[in-house]
This record gives sequence, structure tokens and C-alpha cells, in this order.
Amino acid sequence: MSKEMNLEPLSSLANGEQAVIRDIQGGRCIRSRLIAMGLMPGKELTVLNNIPNGPFIVQIDDTRIALGRGQADKIIVTKEQ
Amino acid sequence: MEKATLDKENNTQTKEIVIALAGNPNSGKTTVFNALTGARQHVGNWPGVTVEHKEGIVTRGGVTYKVIDLPGIYSLSARSPEEEIARDFLINNKVDVIVNVIDASNLERNLYLTTQLLELGIGTVCVMNMVDMTEKMGKKIDYDKVRALLGAEVVPAVASKGKGMDELLDKAYEVAQCDYCEPPRTAHHNPELELEMKRLAEKLKLKEHGKIPLRWILLKSLEGDRAAINILRNISEYNGNPEEVIASSKARLEAMLGDDLDIIIADGRYGFVSGLVREVVSKSSEIDRINLTDKIDSIFLNRILGLPIFLGLMLVTFYLTFEVGGYVAGLLEGVLESSAGYLANTLPEGVLSSLIIDGVLAGVGGVLVFLPNIAIIFIIISILEDSGYMARAAFLMDRTMHILGLHGKAFIPLIMGFGCNVPAVMATRTLETREDRIITILINPFMSCTARLPIYILFAGMFFSKNGTWVIFSLYLLGILLAILTAKLLKSFFFKSATSPFVMELPPYRMPTLKGISIHVWERVWSFISRAGTIILAASIVIWAMSTLPWGVEFGSKESLIGVLGSWIAPVFKPLNLDWAAAVALLFGIGAKEIVVSTLKVLYGTQSGAVMAAFTPLTAYTFMVLSLIYIPCMATIATIKKETASWKWTIFSVVYSMVLAYVVAFIVFRVGKLLGF
Repeated sequence: MSKEMNLEPLSSLANGEQAVIRDIQGGRCIRSRLIAMGLMPGKELTVLNNIPNGPFIVQIDDTRIALGRGQADKIIVTKEQ
Repeated sequence: MEKATLDKENNTQTKEIVIALAGNPNSGKTTVFNALTGARQHVGNWPGVTVEHKEGIVTRGGVTYKVIDLPGIYSLSARSPEEEIARDFLINNKVDVIVNVIDASNLERNLYLTTQLLELGIGTVCVMNMVDMTEKMGKKIDYDKVRALLGAEVVPAVASKGKGMDELLDKAYEVAQCDYCEPPRTAHHNPELELEMKRLAEKLKLKEHGKIPLRWILLKSLEGDRAAINILRNISEYNGNPEEVIASSKARLEAMLGDDLDIIIADGRYGFVSGLVREVVSKSSEIDRINLTDKIDSIFLNRILGLPIFLGLMLVTFYLTFEVGGYVAGLLEGVLESSAGYLANTLPEGVLSSLIIDGVLAGVGGVLVFLPNIAIIFIIISILEDSGYMARAAFLMDRTMHILGLHGKAFIPLIMGFGCNVPAVMATRTLETREDRIITILINPFMSCTARLPIYILFAGMFFSKNGTWVIFSLYLLGILLAILTAKLLKSFFFKSATSPFVMELPPYRMPTLKGISIHVWERVWSFISRAGTIILAASIVIWAMSTLPWGVEFGSKESLIGVLGSWIAPVFKPLNLDWAAAVALLFGIGAKEIVVSTLKVLYGTQSGAVMAAFTPLTAYTFMVLSLIYIPCMATIATIKKETASWKWTIFSVVYSMVLAYVVAFIVFRVGKLLGF
């Protein structure tokens, strides 16, 4: 059943789409920083602002977090229907 | 006399309770600090030395509390300089109570830090701040349950309205008094990890270490925290290298659990926190998802409107500073000139009157008149920061900053640099990598700070009256351009690594409070005034004395001491057509850039005629360019040394700016000449 999960990078999501974080790639340092800010695998997020080729804003609970595109590429999510 | 000694005795008897304020950025920590201490706070030793924290004193019911404001942090993992400062302070100093400021509307994320603070075993009071917001959002929090689940005191509060502050202090007092209170609850970690920690404690034969729990030392050592590992080595009676034991434990656990230990530990903490949040928060109504912040962001962060709005705001800032501020400064200058005239007529002629009029009034007054301009800049910077817009500006500038190999967050210290480079250099601590920090620190002095503003206004007013504002604008742009070039240069020669990660919280928009803004602005304005009363006053007197001595020479002439000094260094500036007085002004200006103006005012007098005769519009512009670039002021140099922890980069900063200033000024002068100016 879990085979149907469609893993994709956060950066491929459009404005307003919701997703669940499945994995965070990248170095130890940045992972622990993202986690401390609330970007933890299992959490649900909403894309608020995806500027093409530019930075990214997501909302988790009541926090808005701006991410560089490079980071958004490394956060693996599954889209919510 | 008798009463004074009595008071003193009483003071030594009353107990002082040390409170450390900890919390996430944007949790309202500064608001709590301001609400507690009001104006009774100070920022170390302005000017000159950098400070790591703000302190304030508050008394209630005969008890004195010393409140220390730690930097805003998301975690205690010591992965950034701010986290390191906070951790070191908490484990190395005598802290009676930690007051953990929690944004109640964002409980889960904030409690993640709380779990780590509780592990330290220091008495903790959790302040649930902004509870009015949570109610508006339709959330109900059961504070008694939070208290029970955390095993720590909980105080609901609205710091911006001063609510809950008295209760906070009372609870802090209680917590400080109880030595044998039940320890707070901490997160239970993965069973394998818990077991391993037990085994390690036995194997390494750990002794107690003051008040810091062994569990914290072990957990942090496994996370790879250097400070914890150092403590561990000191308290271990194991016949081998404890560090190796920790490393092999860590590797074994990671292999067994299939993930980094950091993640496993974080998972344990979040597990504890989300369980707690589920228990204590009930939603009374569905939250309205489109709130005010989203509405404002849809305009300010709009794909098309965002950048033009930002640039518009910058232009408005510029206009207010120079046109409105300049108008008020002009009025002050009138007052200064007429009082100089009045004093000249009333005081008996002699050394004393010369000291007061030519020395103090010219040197100090000549700088103080620019207070309105400086205050306006700081008011605007405070509003940008407190409202939450600054983070948006950083977001908007991210793409532009990528051209420099930096990212959006590095933009915030640069904007702050337009106020003062010293706090701006300290603000680089929020950047993730050392490379980014050093680049942002080294380009910061090219942001025209308010101390350079008097120089610009003075010369622009005299030589470019109609286009004055545009001339000043060109200097700001030149500074930005040089910052860009320098960043490029550093990135391609010294720091070749890829662009570092960009992660930044965008706080909800908040209406800046008058109290918050005034405390912030007053701090800066006071620093300017006290600089005028100390270093600028001292410099003015020295310059006056050097212009008067040896006895009998004409004031400020080539034969005076200052003239002799000037003629030694003047040859350097000959190719730029600047005279010895300009050279001396730059030399003294290293102490503080305002002294450039003080020197010229002392040497040439408060009337503009003498200065007008000594410069042409072209040499005036060349001189402004030099003043912009030539060296960071002493306070900034000291801060650069402290923040980079490197003599190499500090010396680089000084030498590089001197060379760059000379080259750019030379080009400006020669090209200007060719163009017939």
C-alpha cells in the first residue's frame, strides 16, 4: 500500500499545495537546523510562495519558513490529495 | 552619609536572583525583557567593546533580579554562534532560574527548545507569551496540564501589555528558593539509546559534575557537542580515552537504528512534545486560515510588487533621513552658530573662550547637530525589524544576494550596517556558515553608517547644494557596489564553497510598540550622544590643543603641532589634491568617523567659508569617497576581531579598505579632472 506514495522534492510543489515531509537530505548541520525549526519528517506543510528559480516559503503549523531553492530540493515529500 | 551606608548594607543583604531569558527568535523574548527591565537595562560598554548579552535589573518585593537576555535560538545543539553563546552561558555561569519564553501560538516548535533547557537541570519557568493570540486563533491551552507534564512552572502572559510579568518574577523566586524540588520531566529517547547511556555512565565511571546532570553530558556528547565532551573527559575515571568510547557507541547506535543520532534524539524530543501538545491544546473553533499576515504578504511578497515596494520603502527612508532630518539639523546648526557668536561676544577673549568656542562647541556641537538624521534612520530600522518586514526584505533579496554567493539572510546585517556597523557585524551570528559570516562581516563597513552621515551632509550641503541629496545617494550606492565587488572577490579567491543553505523564519507581522521602538532607538541615540560626550569631546580638545600649541603660533596653522603632524602625512594625499587638514581629519576619524567632521570644524571654524576655500567640489567628493571606504572605525575593528576570532581577517579588513579607498579615490579624482570638474 505504501508503494503508492509518490516521493518528490518539495521544490516541485506549486503554491497552495500541501504535503507531508518524508525525508530531509543534506549535511548533519542543516538537517538539525531544519528539524529545530520544525521541519521534521512526518510533519505536514503548505507551500505559500514558490518563486520560480527563487526562494520558497512554507507553512508548518503556524510558522512560516523561508527556504532557499537548494534546500527545497533536498526535502522529500509526498503530496496530500 | 549615614543613610547611604545603611542602604549599601541592605543591598548586600538582599539576595540577587540571576535569571537567564531563553527562547526562540520571534517568541517575544525581547518584549519580555523590556517589560521586565524597562529602561533599567544596558548593553555592556558602548562604545568600543562588543557585548554578548543584554542585562537588566528589576526589583520586586525586596528581591533583586538580574535578568540576562540570551540570543534567540531554536535549539541548544551549539550549531551556530548564538547557540554556543547561550549554551556556554547556561553551563558556565551561576544561573538561578531559566525563564523560557514560549510563543503560545506556536507551541510545538517552541517546546522543542524547552525539552533541551529542562535537560540542563536548572530551575525553569515557562512563560507562555502572546496567549491573547492563541485565544483569537481559537485555541485553548490547559496550562495546569502543561505544568504537570513538564514538571516546570508555567505562567501565561502577554508581554506586550505587561501581563503576567509580576507572576513570572514570583514564580522565578519560588523556583530559585527550592533546592530539592522534583526535577522536570525530560523526553524519553529511543530505548536502545537510553540503555546505551546507562551503560556508558557505568563504563566511563562518571563523577557528578556540579549541578549539570550526567544525562545531559552523555546525551550531548553523543550528539557531538564539544563542550559536553570536554566535561565528560574531566569527570571520567575511565582508563582510556572516553572520547573514543563515545564515538564507537555513537557509530554502533547509528548502525543499529539506521539514522543519524541527531535525528533520533530530535525524534525523541518531538515525540515528547507532540504528545504533550495533543494533551493540552483543544481547538474551540476552526482557525481562519487566511489571517492578516497572509494578506499583507500577498502584497509585500507579491511576485511583481514585492521588490518595487521594497525599493520604494528604501527611497522613503532616504528622503525622510536627508530631507526631513536635514531640515531639523539645519535649524540646530543655526542655533549652534548663533550660540558660538553669542559666546564669542560675552566671554572674555583668551585661551578659555577659544577652547570652548573653537574646540568644544565646534567639534562636539558640529557633530551633535546631525542627531535628527541619525535618529530617523534608527527609528526606521527599528520599525522594519519589529514589524517583521526585515525578514521579508531578506526573502525578496535572496535571488540578488545569490549573485554575490550569499543568500537572503546575509542581507539583514547589511541593512543594519546603515545604522551602525558594530551591531550589524554582531548580527552576522545568525548566518549558518563561517564563510558566509566572514564575507558578510568584511563587506559590512562599506555600508555607510550614521557616523559617516555628518561628513556627507556637511560637504554635500556646501558644494552640491541643489543636488546634495543625489550626491549622498551616489555615495551609498558606491558603498553597496564596493560591497558587491568585495564579496565576489572573497568568494572567488578565499571561499570557493557552494552557496550555503538558506533557512529563515518569517515571523507574523506585528504592530511595533512605542515602548519597543523607543528603547531600541534610545539605545542607539544615547550611544551617539555619549560618544559625542566622550571620545569626540576628547578628540576635539586634543585637536584644539594641538592647533593652539606651541604658544604663539596662529591657531591651526602649519606651524602648530597639528600642522606639523599634518605635513608629515600630507604627501600621501597630494595626488588627490587634498591638504594636510583633510589628512589629519581622516587620521583622527579612525577613532570614530564623526571626528572627521569635528576636526574640520575645529580647524576651519563653524562658519562654512573656510572649508569652502580649502576644497573644490571635486576634491570634496574625493574626500567623501575616502571617508566612506578608508577604514572601519575602531569600535568596528574591535568587533570584527571578536566576531571573526581571527587577526588575519581583521588586518585584511583594515589593509584592504585603505588600499581600496586610495585606488577608488584616485580614480574618482583623475576621471573627474579629465571630465573637467
